[in-house]
Amino acid sequence: MFGIYLKRELGRRKKAALVIALGLALGIALVITVNSVSAGMTQAQDKVLKSLYGLGTDMTVTKARSAPTGNSSGRPNFEFDAKSDDSDEEQSSDRVMTQGGQALKAALVTKVAEQDGVANAVGALTLNVTKVNGSFTQGKAQSTTGNSGSQGQGGPGGGSTAAPQVQGGGASFDVNSYSVAGVDVTDQTLGPLAGMEITSGKTFTAAQTNAKVAVLSKSYAKENKYKVGKTLKISGTKYTVIGIATASSNESTTDVYLPLKQAQTLADSKNKVTTIYVKATDSKQIDTVKSTIQKNISGTTVTTSADLAETVSGSLSTASNLATSVGKWLSVAVLAAAFLVAALLTSSAVSRRVREFGTLKALGWPSRRVTRQVVGESMVNGLLGGALGIGLGLAAAYAVTAISPKLTAQLGSTGGGGGMGGGPGGGPGQQSTQNTMEIALSAPVSPTTIALAVGLAVTGGLIAGAMGGWRASRMRPADALRSVS
Amino acid sequence: MYRLTGVTKRYSRGKETVEALRGIDLTIEDGDQLVIQGPTGGGKSTLLQMIGGLDRPTEGSVELDGVDLARISEAKLTRLRAEKIGIIFQSFNLIPTLTAQENVETALVPLGVKPAERRERAAEALRSVGLGERLGHAPAELSGGQQQRVAIARALVKKPKVLLADEPTGNLDESMRDEIMALLEGLWHEYGLTFVMVTHDSSIARRAPRLATIKAGQITLTEQRRQQQQQQQQQSYAQY
Repeated sequence: MFGIYLKRELGRRKKAALVIALGLALGIALVITVNSVSAGMTQAQDKVLKSLYGLGTDMTVTKARSAPTGNSSGRPNFEFDAKSDDSDEEQSSDRVMTQGGQALKAALVTKVAEQDGVANAVGALTLNVTKVNGSFTQGKAQSTTGNSGSQGQGGPGGGSTAAPQVQGGGASFDVNSYSVAGVDVTDQTLGPLAGMEITSGKTFTAAQTNAKVAVLSKSYAKENKYKVGKTLKISGTKYTVIGIATASSNESTTDVYLPLKQAQTLADSKNKVTTIYVKATDSKQIDTVKSTIQKNISGTTVTTSADLAETVSGSLSTASNLATSVGKWLSVAVLAAAFLVAALLTSSAVSRRVREFGTLKALGWPSRRVTRQVVGESMVNGLLGGALGIGLGLAAAYAVTAISPKLTAQLGSTGGGGGMGGGPGGGPGQQSTQNTMEIALSAPVSPTTIALAVGLAVTGGLIAGAMGGWRASRMRPADALRSVS
Repeated sequence: MYRLTGVTKRYSRGKETVEALRGIDLTIEDGDQLVIQGPTGGGKSTLLQMIGGLDRPTEGSVELDGVDLARISEAKLTRLRAEKIGIIFQSFNLIPTLTAQENVETALVPLGVKPAERRERAAEALRSVGLGERLGHAPAELSGGQQQRVAIARALVKKPKVLLADEPTGNLDESMRDEIMALLEGLWHEYGLTFVMVTHDSSIARRAPRLATIKAGQITLTEQRRQQQQQQQQQSYAQY
């Protein structure tokens, strides 16, 4: 009787049932969408962070930022010879600098690894290479008196008694800036290469601690037409390209990977590292490990992924904030409104059925049976709303993923000694760097989100049913007669 | 047997207190038929509610077979209504979404009767009131008289001890009224029910063995000649 009665009543009140279900569906769809977009934001942030950290890294240790001393401005300088002949010979100069100009002693890697709560620590040296190449063209000095001109060199200076003027000449230089990471080839589970996938060739072997080999990022290799087996020249040293790697996050901030020793040699930073990548034994104890390292190893800055996440700005950050604040509260508000509307409509429907419920009570139906009938109807409404809401929410999440709106993430503003926030890619010698990355937003819907939606649907049904059932249970059988008279 | 002693019912209407029943004393023997008549607002329906255990008196007692309906728990009162009391309403009070058979079944639901038996007994009850061909019809597909027959089947399907009817012919035309009354009289005789009916209709009231007139919450009983009354009724209903 319960099922038949329920089915018939819902069939009779299709419009009311649909209004209740749609209200709940809207709220639930919004919750699913906001949740999935939030999850997408988190994934996007994770991608951004992993592109800097590499997989498996819980925190990084860098040298605490200090003010530049003496004349060391940290800016690169280039020296080119003025040629005395009439040659247009191309000149080239590479300037290799450590990231932010500040580095730690490599021995600290071992010290960090010995700290309580540290499972593993690996050092890396991040460099910025600026390559300038081009040539000078001599100008022609011409006398205003019409004498044959004499050649000047590189501009004014070619003397002539007739006060000749220099015409033509100049310089054409191309500046190419890229980042290099020195990798501890004996342990690649942490560090810059950890998040990379070799798509061509191979990665370093443990024996290549000081080999002149390089792994390039796919984007850098493509841009500069490098392939496995070719030779790359950095600051006069030739490296054989042994592998091409792609970041699993589709974003790479490092262009060239070298064995750590080679990078140290390049930068003239023997036994130095810029970053120590740390993995904690327990991911829940990251803050404790951070405190321990900061306490025991002075002059360092420890940056966790949580710290780094705070440095993410740009539209990703804005959208993330919107999703977690406005989206959350909007969902709560819509859900609350949907629950309220469902409860009021159910209550109103019960009021219109006074005679019906009064009659059933007069026939000897206990209040609990009448209440169960009302709650049952509301539950079906709630589940219908839940199913509709899940459908709508999945469609919205699918649409977001299909459209894949591009969000930009600006990372860090504290390069140099300021911690991981300043990843590779900033201009050489900058004390503060900022990486802008473009991330495609997706909206993954997890089983937890679906479970949450079902839970909300049941809750909505229960709230509405409880309200209606409460009213129905308070009706007296005499109401069946009273409504007649 | 019903024994009502000093039954008083007061309602609060804002600051005003309305006394619907004033110290009613009444005894109804098993198998009796009592018709309650009176002006609108006189307390007829209120008295029926007390007898049916649909409401409780403010003062006094309503005993059915020695059980005071005013004192027992709500659960026991509900159970008692389910088992012993059949009620017929003026507006039939059928559930509009259920078929005639399902409506009759609703009276058996609180008794825990198994679905198959429920369906069988409901069909049998409908056949007994002449609606054997209308089992699957919704109330809206039935005439007023047929709807009231469904309501009568619903009241009787559980084989109650008491049948209460609140203006059972109030919404029917004259021919349908006589048809329903003949049916109720026949069933009263057949089942030996205690039958209490509220009516405005004087022609029905005149035929009752006992007539209770309620005016301003007070009752006046008239014992009409039973034998003569029954003979008249038999003659009168023979024509149906």
